[in-house]
Amino acid sequence: MWVIAYRDLLRFTQERSRLIASIAMPLMFLVIFGAGFNRMIGNMAPGVDFIQFMYPGIIAMTALMNSLQSGLSIVWDREFGFLKEVLVAPLSRIGIVLGKATGTAIIALGQGFIMLALAPVIGVKLNAMIILKLIPILIIVSIMISSLGILIASRMRSQQGFQMLIMILIMPLVFLSGVFFPVNNVPTWLEVVSKINPLTYGVDAIRQVFLSTSLSSTGDTIAGVGVTVLGYTMTILDDILVVAGLGAILLLLAVWFFSKQE
Amino acid sequence: MAIIEAYELSKKFKTLKAVDDVSFHINEGEVFGFLGPNGAGKTTTINMLCTLLVPTSGGATVNGYDIIKQRSDVRRSIGLVFQDPTLDDYLTGEQNLLFHAYAYGVPPAERKKRISELLELVELSDRRKSKVSTYSGGMKRRLELVRGLLHRPQILFLDEPTLGLDPQTRRYIWDYVLSLRQQEKLTIFLTTHYMDEAENCDRIAIIDYGQVVALDTPENLKDSMGGDLVTLEAEDTKQAALELQERHNLSAQIRDESVIFSVPHSDTFLPDFVRNFHSRITSISVRRPTLDDVFLKLTGHAIREQKVDLVDQMRTIMGQSVGRGPMGRGPMGRPPM
Repeated sequence: MWVIAYRDLLRFTQERSRLIASIAMPLMFLVIFGAGFNRMIGNMAPGVDFIQFMYPGIIAMTALMNSLQSGLSIVWDREFGFLKEVLVAPLSRIGIVLGKATGTAIIALGQGFIMLALAPVIGVKLNAMIILKLIPILIIVSIMISSLGILIASRMRSQQGFQMLIMILIMPLVFLSGVFFPVNNVPTWLEVVSKINPLTYGVDAIRQVFLSTSLSSTGDTIAGVGVTVLGYTMTILDDILVVAGLGAILLLLAVWFFSKQE
Repeated sequence: MAIIEAYELSKKFKTLKAVDDVSFHINEGEVFGFLGPNGAGKTTTINMLCTLLVPTSGGATVNGYDIIKQRSDVRRSIGLVFQDPTLDDYLTGEQNLLFHAYAYGVPPAERKKRISELLELVELSDRRKSKVSTYSGGMKRRLELVRGLLHRPQILFLDEPTLGLDPQTRRYIWDYVLSLRQQEKLTIFLTTHYMDEAENCDRIAIIDYGQVVALDTPENLKDSMGGDLVTLEAEDTKQAALELQERHNLSAQIRDESVIFSVPHSDTFLPDFVRNFHSRITSISVRRPTLDDVFLKLTGHAIREQKVDLVDQMRTIMGQSVGRGPMGRGPMGRPPM
């Protein structure tokens, strides 16, 4: 299992362009939208301006997008034939999927940290607790999403289908997950879709980590920017459970489908 | 002693029976070849033996392990070199080998030494730290060859090992393979549609449309042709064939404008035949039978007929291009970020 993770890491570090690109887009969103919308939108909730609201979402988004890409990279491997080498080696199928997920998680963590380095620039307060709490959350979210990626990739055969899927799948998933706007105060259809979207819970968890330590977390605050499902407001723990649960299911499915290669 | 045994191996893809009740055994230390045209089922058979595909029916044991129930054990016993490259282009040659070493559990103490040894053997030591995308087709094939041997397998599977390579590289690869066989005491199983490669094998199985139509040493197969191969051009080919049948009890095939038949001691047979033949004979040529002739006789068609496969053409082009990275491979572009 580790050998797969190792290879992913090797590849990632060697492709400089990939390194930069993986952070570029979320960064762009953060900076451009942040500067652009901040004054117009004002406070999302007592003490939380737009940038502070968006920032955790962006971190989540970085993890999300890259984890998905990673999982989908299996399609790339298949095209290039390397997948065969992996399949024919005496590696357990579970190990292969886990290895991919692990490698992805580590990379996602790394990217998350880079984004964190920007916190002071944005004006978001950081402390050790936040960072510590973020680590497991990022890992779990990353595993969940890469499992999704692997699952999709095991069924897909072509490059074109894959590109198309990126467009159709990633964009809506990311945009409708509460990164840019809270999911509580939107038209019903939007609300429903967002609440079905697993990413939403990942984003919320990350956001709450930030908010709960940087301001007095009154019930209103959380309700204002958090996620409420059927009247129940999700706490960090709830979010984590949802993500972990879904992650476990997706992981199992990914292993199952991957084994059916043969 | 049989190191691979296949019994009634079959693989059906929806409606196509790619491999149809194939049975054979391979002895330890042999160089065994599967000879047949594209689409005959060679790659499918190898894929089953390597545990990449599950047979629809039948089974096999490789190095004593069942291909269905003891997959990991089978995989540890075998090394593979596929038709198309299966290297990671973005890693260096050395890293590709390292990956393999880890994946197959080569003990750490042995890793470095073995990698260096093998790189030396195929003369790639000076390029070990370069990305595989910069390797030529021949170099990639050599790298894959030693990668397959890194973990000291008992059996080496080669699927069309020299397809798409220029003649010189082909010869190099064969030299390596045969010298490796000596050094490492390997059993080699290869598939090919090149006759000259098949000649190098101890025994070959001729396969067509998913079935084994012959299995023997190349010599025996050629001898079974019944003598020398005579190609005769005449004004009336039908008449010639008729005469051969009625007068000499020899069956002949008519292809294009020639009559082809086999006869032992053609040197004494022909003068008599020509003298007694009633129509004009325009040319005669005689030669020892080749495996292509054997194939033709057994199946009624040549190994490489009509149009060259488009895939083969692509392979030849790709094999010859000095690696230019993903662009050099065709319309695939860069990988996603």
